[in-house]
Amino acid sequence: MTENCWRPSASVEALHRRGALLADIRRFFAERDVLEVEVPVLSRRATSDPHIDSITALCNGDTAYLATSPEFGLKRLLAAGIGDCYYLGKAFREGEAGGRHNPEFTMLEWYRCGWDDRRLMTEVGELLSRVLNTARVQSLSYRELFLRELQLDPHTASEQQLHDCAAREVELSFVPANRDECLDLLMSHRLEPAMGEGITLLYDFPASQAALAKVLPDDSGTPVARRFEAYVGGLELANGYWELTDADEQLRRFQADHRYRGIHKLHVYPFEERLVAALEAGMPECAGVALGIDRLLMLVGGYTSIDEVIAFPIERA
Amino acid sequence: MASYSTNEFKGGLKVMLDGDPCSIVENEFVKPGKGQAFNRVKLRNLKTGRVWERTFRSGESLEAADVMDREMEYLYNDGEFYHFMEPETFEQHQASADAVGDAAKWLKEQDVCTVTLYNGSPLAVTPPNHVILEITDTDPGLRGDTAQGGTKPATLSTGAVVKVPLFLEIGETIKVDTRTGEYLGRAKED
Repeated sequence: MTENCWRPSASVEALHRRGALLADIRRFFAERDVLEVEVPVLSRRATSDPHIDSITALCNGDTAYLATSPEFGLKRLLAAGIGDCYYLGKAFREGEAGGRHNPEFTMLEWYRCGWDDRRLMTEVGELLSRVLNTARVQSLSYRELFLRELQLDPHTASEQQLHDCAAREVELSFVPANRDECLDLLMSHRLEPAMGEGITLLYDFPASQAALAKVLPDDSGTPVARRFEAYVGGLELANGYWELTDADEQLRRFQADHRYRGIHKLHVYPFEERLVAALEAGMPECAGVALGIDRLLMLVGGYTSIDEVIAFPIERA
Repeated sequence: MASYSTNEFKGGLKVMLDGDPCSIVENEFVKPGKGQAFNRVKLRNLKTGRVWERTFRSGESLEAADVMDREMEYLYNDGEFYHFMEPETFEQHQASADAVGDAAKWLKEQDVCTVTLYNGSPLAVTPPNHVILEITDTDPGLRGDTAQGGTKPATLSTGAVVKVPLFLEIGETIKVDTRTGEYLGRAKED
């Protein structure tokens, strides 16, 4: 039925809220002298992230990909000396659809030169407080949250302990393949719902989930990813890094992702070697974060499904 | 038998889980931005009526269950089985008390019910949303107190007990919502 429906799934009121939110975000960055920039949505290179798939397009007869995030383009601009900057526009992910996902979505991503993850976390908290009109912000480490809710240290627990905990807490149809799958299950099924109301900034992720963040020892000497996520009422909104600037390490991570994708029979995309070249040339020390605007709008208006904030989600697009 | 992948799961889809036919109630796609994708699924076991929650890896699949819903006329109860008939083919099916379950208290002969068949035999029976039944027992009506909007229990011809307004009496026929057990009004005389 919905295939034939010409109407937007979002109300006119929700679409007015979207316009106001985008305008407010642009004001926020204008006040702070952060420059809005554009980067390609259609690219010849794709993400290497093991758990994110790109949508393939045809361009001038060649394979191209819709950007899963503006990260590579923005980092190339940073290496070129653009300074503090943000992108506010579309990103695309294959296979992601549901109450909180649409394959085409609106992403805000910004970078702060000379900042680390902690300082950027504070700014994420400020933006969210302003938009959501709340002062309730808690920050805690990934370890603290696991200890608080599950009495389990995610960095030092044995693989067996993680498996036992996942099997106890979640009704599973499969045996988790590794530590990270256990941690992901516990995070999405047990910990996100336990975060409570207000804004939660979670930092110091396991080193195995560093993606493109620096890995450094924490106070206890455990190597942790200097990566953070922002949640509101358990809904994941943003993911940020103290960015990796080491070109050799970047190349190793791309190659490791490729190996992982190969072993797991996932599609292997051409990775962005121009990012490695940009890092070789020199990218300033910086922190960056990506934030899902559709989900933020859900929170602003109290909507429960992403279809209520997107005029034409994929079934109607 | 066909099978369905998690991205085809939607409410009402009938699948096999742990050897039992189930109907999918809810399918939530769960994916941490940088993590693995899962589908958190609620399924109603069609044999027991219990709702199970189960998490799958996105892309996993389940075998389809040979389950179908048919409209059938309720004929009679022979003391052990409830008999139903398909109105087009006149084919008859007998359902056990287990399969009929709570629906038994709403079954009136000739009413059209939904009978869920699993491998060809009745697994569950859903009564019509609205049924018209006669009051066979209730306390005498209280006159002059109808404005208070009080209620009293009334036993119906099928054995169901529902709350009805005080002015109703034995022998009257009423309309009831079988999903909530709620009294909807006096039935119009035919």
